[in-house]
Amino acid sequence: MSEQFEPVIIGFTCNWCSYRAADMAGMGRIKYAPNVRLIRLMCSGRLDPTFVIKAFAGGADGVLVSGCHPGDCHYIEQNYKAMRRFYLLKKLLTQMGIEPGRLKLLWASAAEGQIFADEVTKFTEEVRALGPLHWNPTAALEAEQKIHEPAEVVA
Amino acid sequence: MVGGGIAGIQAALEVANSGYPVIMVEREPSIGGHMAQFDKTFPTLDCAACILTPRMVEVGSHPNVKLFSYAEVTNVSGYVGNFQVTIKQKARSVNTDLCTGCGICQEKCPKKVIDPVFEAGLGYRKAVYTPFPQAVPKYPVIDRENCTYFLKGTCRACEKFCPTGAIDFTQEDEYFTFDVGQIILATGWDLFDARRIPQYGYGRLANVFSSLEFERLSNAAGPTGGKIVLRDGVTVPKSVAIIHCVGSRDKNYNPYCSAICCMQSLKFAHLVRERTGAEVYNFYIDMRTPAKGYEEFYQRLLEEGTHFIRGKVAEITDAARYPGEEGKLIVQAENTLVGKQMRVPVDMVILSAALEPRHDFKEVARLFGISCSEEGWLIERHPKLDPVATMTEGIYIAGCAQGPKDIPASVAQGTAAAARVVGKIQQKEITMEPIRASIDQDKCSGCRICNNMCPFNAISFIEDRMVSEVNPALCQGCGTCVAACPAGAISGTVFSDQAILAQLDGLLLNNVKAIDLTPA
Repeated sequence: MSEQFEPVIIGFTCNWCSYRAADMAGMGRIKYAPNVRLIRLMCSGRLDPTFVIKAFAGGADGVLVSGCHPGDCHYIEQNYKAMRRFYLLKKLLTQMGIEPGRLKLLWASAAEGQIFADEVTKFTEEVRALGPLHWNPTAALEAEQKIHEPAEVVA
Repeated sequence: MVGGGIAGIQAALEVANSGYPVIMVEREPSIGGHMAQFDKTFPTLDCAACILTPRMVEVGSHPNVKLFSYAEVTNVSGYVGNFQVTIKQKARSVNTDLCTGCGICQEKCPKKVIDPVFEAGLGYRKAVYTPFPQAVPKYPVIDRENCTYFLKGTCRACEKFCPTGAIDFTQEDEYFTFDVGQIILATGWDLFDARRIPQYGYGRLANVFSSLEFERLSNAAGPTGGKIVLRDGVTVPKSVAIIHCVGSRDKNYNPYCSAICCMQSLKFAHLVRERTGAEVYNFYIDMRTPAKGYEEFYQRLLEEGTHFIRGKVAEITDAARYPGEEGKLIVQAENTLVGKQMRVPVDMVILSAALEPRHDFKEVARLFGISCSEEGWLIERHPKLDPVATMTEGIYIAGCAQGPKDIPASVAQGTAAAARVVGKIQQKEITMEPIRASIDQDKCSGCRICNNMCPFNAISFIEDRMVSEVNPALCQGCGTCVAACPAGAISGTVFSDQAILAQLDGLLLNNVKAIDLTPA
């Protein structure tokens, strides 16, 4: 029997709502898929789309972007900006051959530990169904080095 | 201090009595707010005017308070300790330096108009008016939309009779700009428009009253002199139904509890029985009497013989179906304690309508750079531990602007906001979170993309150097501009690109099994 594929998922959470929701899930001993690894930002608006692309390039099979519910943003309206970027980014990733199902936007308030846990588990299963992204990490590293080396000027 | 209701008055007095100057802005011609419209206050039934008007006078004559009534805040810029606030003083058409508040103009003015604000549409005022006799400030205003002179160019009766020549038809809106350190918002509430529930017949059936209409009806200084009568102005009702939770605790309108309606309805029930001897039917969903002395008041009402029916009213109609219902309003409801439908014929219905956020809450939130909840109440910094501060440093909220609450709670919150303001003044220095964005001016190309990103207006563009700059006092550290900068010129302390990418690398290391780390 083949070993079950365990996807690696990077989750970007905002300091005020979704990170607290994850905290809440932890404090409430709510179980959710261990595949997601969270990175805390102050606001979902801080999410530079580069981070998501770097995550995929670095070997993540899925990326979760999470923030406060629309209208509840600690910084008034920055999650709307995150939302706009999200849809553009999703379009871009699709064009680059990454399935849209690998990127997920989740609104979770600080009280919604259960919702956060349920959604993370659901997302993990979805990514598991999609399979590994098949990114060669060494190739990625080489590509990155090439970018940093000054290109030879052809006379 | 924006808003001159009881919460605003309390906060202004606390700050002014501590020896600091206060500028108070009120939209209506007089301060006092909704409380000035009431006759009695629950649960002690003491007269609202008796406890409110001395406070109003104190604010009006306080040496530390500069009062702008009939005025609005039109622009706010700056940050804590350094706000610039522009106040628009609407043209009163009355020179306040000359006016003595004698009231002759109001007597002589031939034009009577329905007062939709203070009298809740039940009574009249003149085109030149103060909303009520105890108004602070005492100077009247001319309502230019209704004044005969402004409509037709003749009349000028008020000008003719004014003993000091204070009437000035040529006055124009004036703008004042003040430097203030901190701002308290106590902008209050609007009443739910019961016309939105058509089956309750408000606006269609004459004898269905809203709660504010009843407040004016029962007020001794109101349009009927405190006589509780039907819309015809003479008939005393023999039976009255009071409906709780109109437009609140109802997912079709407002999901929240308006907090004051149960007690207000009990007060109405008491006043109706005391003044008319009518049978009173209270239709409630749940009785909520959680504060000091409130439950005792409920028990008193039960003993007085008011009927309490637990059930939400389905319909109020004038279509009689059974003998005895002719000419009456029939309240159709289910008594959920008995499990039976019932029809109660009454002469008068009072709808205890919900408190709603001010209709212009969005503009207010935008103007002051604070956020509001889904319903429109202004959001406090923390629902339990910081109920008067907002996410914007130096701006505080008090009273019903923050959520529905009764007078004692509004006063408490006003006092709390004042304490925070005074505390901050006495600190002299401000501690802030270290998370901030900063712009590397050598890298900045001056594209101005970040300028519109910031909801706190922390980023400004320096014209002569063609670069943008972050004001660290305003920046809250969300980092949206950092993510947006195409040149990578903006960096965030604590949450820099390098820090986040390093975290990313660390987290993904598990996955990089292909690299062989053993030395060859």
